[in-house]
Amino acid sequence: MHATPSPYLLSVNNIEVIYNHVILVLKGVSLDVPEGQIVALLGANGAGKSTTLKAISTLLRSERGDVTKGSIAFRGQRIDALTPDQLVRQGVVQVMEGRHCFGHLTVEENLLTGAYTRSISRSEIKLALERIYHYFPRLKTRRQSQAGYTSGGEQQMVAIGRAMMADPRMILLDEPSMGLAPQIVEEIFEIVRELNEKEGVSFLLAEQNTNVALKYAHYGYILENGRVVMDGSAEELRSNEDVKEFYLGLGGEGRKSFRDVKHYRRRKRWLA
Amino acid sequence: MEWQFFLEVLVGGLLAGVMYSLVALGFVLIYKASGVFNFAQGAMVLFAALSFVSIQDMGVPFWLALLLTLVLMVLLGVGIERVVLRPLVNQPPITLFMATIGLSFFLEGLAQMVWGTNVHGLELGIADEPFDVGGVFISKFDLFAAAVCGTLVATLALFFSKTKLGRALRAVADDHQAAMSVGIPLKHIWAIVWGVAGFVALVAGLLWGSRLGVQFALTLVVLKALPVLILGGFTSIPGAIVGGLIIGAGEKLAEVYLGPFLSGGIENWFPYMLALLFLLVRPEGLFGEKHIERV
Repeated sequence: MHATPSPYLLSVNNIEVIYNHVILVLKGVSLDVPEGQIVALLGANGAGKSTTLKAISTLLRSERGDVTKGSIAFRGQRIDALTPDQLVRQGVVQVMEGRHCFGHLTVEENLLTGAYTRSISRSEIKLALERIYHYFPRLKTRRQSQAGYTSGGEQQMVAIGRAMMADPRMILLDEPSMGLAPQIVEEIFEIVRELNEKEGVSFLLAEQNTNVALKYAHYGYILENGRVVMDGSAEELRSNEDVKEFYLGLGGEGRKSFRDVKHYRRRKRWLA
Repeated sequence: MEWQFFLEVLVGGLLAGVMYSLVALGFVLIYKASGVFNFAQGAMVLFAALSFVSIQDMGVPFWLALLLTLVLMVLLGVGIERVVLRPLVNQPPITLFMATIGLSFFLEGLAQMVWGTNVHGLELGIADEPFDVGGVFISKFDLFAAAVCGTLVATLALFFSKTKLGRALRAVADDHQAAMSVGIPLKHIWAIVWGVAGFVALVAGLLWGSRLGVQFALTLVVLKALPVLILGGFTSIPGAIVGGLIIGAGEKLAEVYLGPFLSGGIENWFPYMLALLFLLVRPEGLFGEKHIERV
């Protein structure tokens, strides 16, 4: 008897996450990422998007969080017990919320640290760098600047480029739009799409900006209070009335008030 | 003759300062990479010097003894990381600091238990005699110490800026979590840092040991490293060097020129005064990394 190979690159199966042994943050989250797709993880602040990503990348443990139930598999293999560096070697890299560049290192040094887990020659590293600069031409012009002094958009590019240097199969991208101008957000999502199409990298993307995320993703999951409340293809979600009203801000009837009882009831039902 | 005397004091002070820098360097390495203020650095200096002379006393030739001590110090550094600090990961800095104080006493005790409490002489083969440079007398030994220190710093600087491992160390110093997220294994990195700190302690131990004799008081050189660190910044290798030079030159000049008015003994407290004044003006030190903040 052997397990049937999973059709998905990444499968998260009913995981529960507890912080500090007491605070239950995820209450049974399941999701799948098919090979070569961009999957969006949507929801409000505190819904558990970041926690889900950190549970997958196992960075959770450094924040006193624990996956207490469920399982996580990458290419059919359990990855819950791996250390972050083992996971990177397997091809899963997380780009953390808030970018987390190495501020005192130059842009190029930042990118080079991304290749830490790879044992490749100098010339291969050079090629890898050039490949990153091809997707992020802006970084090439700023390669010698200290990353801490570059703009927010550039830092986000550094963070994604640094992850790409590990030659990943999959990137866990946490809130790439945070604090960036809409134009820059579009620019970054365009690059994500390009990396997805040309390099075949799959993305699991946590995002509050539902609008942009659904424009670029193939599939989406909506998280509320640590549970998946809805999932579907990007088109399905975009055309869903509830999603429109609660996440895309397209109610149609103008400003909402809590006196509007009908809306309030719907919202309550949605969150229940 | 007046300026020659001044120059002699200045140069003597600068060279003595190099010795302080050596000790400060060990602190900077560990603090930079792991945010731990390692109070036990002085005990490691003593441990290194004591181990070296004791191994030599067994009749082991100089270079082999050096190699053996180096291995011992690196193992000690790695061991400290593994046994004491790793279980304390994610604890507040004060806890880690207390742990290193405890460690300091443990190491002193261990060194004396294993190697005995006798004061040993340590002979590096460089005579501590002055020679004449254009009328200014400079100690050969001080010059040798400065050369060793210079080489050490140059090597470390190259290591940090040019090698993959050095880059990873700086990355860890900058942002632990981000370093983890790109697959840099923190545990290895910290072990390496402690190993390198053990190596620096060995160099400092040999030089200080041959100057003061290998004895318990060697652990007290930590206290002289503190003002150096405050002056130079806790995170900067060049800062440790420049800080050491300023402290060394400052205390000697103060002793000679202010001493007569203040009944002498200035050398002992002057560095701390200097550091205190400095704190008021530049709390991050001369070269300490400023917190980068974009507006």
